[in-house]
Amino acid sequence: MAQNPNRPISPHLQIYRWGPHMAVSIFHRATGFVMATAGMLTLLWWLASIAGGPESYAAFQSYVVSAGEEATGIQVAINWFFRLLALGVTYSFFQHMFSGIRHLLMDLGAGYELKTVRTWSIAVYIAALTATALVAMLVAARFMGA
Amino acid sequence: MGNGTKLGRVRGLGSAKHGGKHWLDQRLTAVGNLLLTTWLVLSLLWLPNFDYETVAAWLAQPSVAVPMILMLANIFWHVRLGLQVLIEDYVHDEGNKFATLTLLNFYVIGAAAFGIFMVAKHAFTGAPA
Repeated sequence: MAQNPNRPISPHLQIYRWGPHMAVSIFHRATGFVMATAGMLTLLWWLASIAGGPESYAAFQSYVVSAGEEATGIQVAINWFFRLLALGVTYSFFQHMFSGIRHLLMDLGAGYELKTVRTWSIAVYIAALTATALVAMLVAARFMGA
Repeated sequence: MGNGTKLGRVRGLGSAKHGGKHWLDQRLTAVGNLLLTTWLVLSLLWLPNFDYETVAAWLAQPSVAVPMILMLANIFWHVRLGLQVLIEDYVHDEGNKFATLTLLNFYVIGAAAFGIFMVAKHAFTGAPA
């Protein structure tokens, strides 16, 4: 069925005034996409590196965790690229998870009052950023110390 | 598309043409993901370190390999449902939509098969437990 150009189309993003409720919905999509691509490929790489043996696991670690002390400039740069990617995936994970819990609660019919929608949306951001910060500090303390 | 009952008037509409099952599957896999990824995070935090021997022995156990395989199947199912909606919303040309959805199916099934195979291979042949 071809699209009929005469049918009305809904207004798009630039029409609306941004608010937490709108942002949380858009972020749910965006973070889902980040995990579906970058997150999943990293997970598969990690699993394959374990199945591949100590050398492949060490290679994975040198890219994603720490390039080591004898690393060249380009290796350090690649390592930081993957570290930042991992930070982005970690944030995406928590944002999508808390936002998903919000969606499941709303599917039950709860929280549709305007004030509640706003409060829950803000709570999703606070929870996701807090959890991401905790994981980042944990990882930094454990793998990037000294 | 009928014009009799209320259900008959809406059936077959929407960009997916059969939204009810899709909607429910998305919620069911969401709950599955919530349980399985929480398990993964806690299980990883429980490890004393991330040396190869530790992680390899951890993944080779049935109590880890099985939930990991379930998690991969569940995640890629959820990815398929989620990205399908994204494509249906943003790719309007029917031909491009068909092609993109085909690529999505290749990606999720291929990626899930690869991940599940890697876990199974490791659990069956891998490190001494």
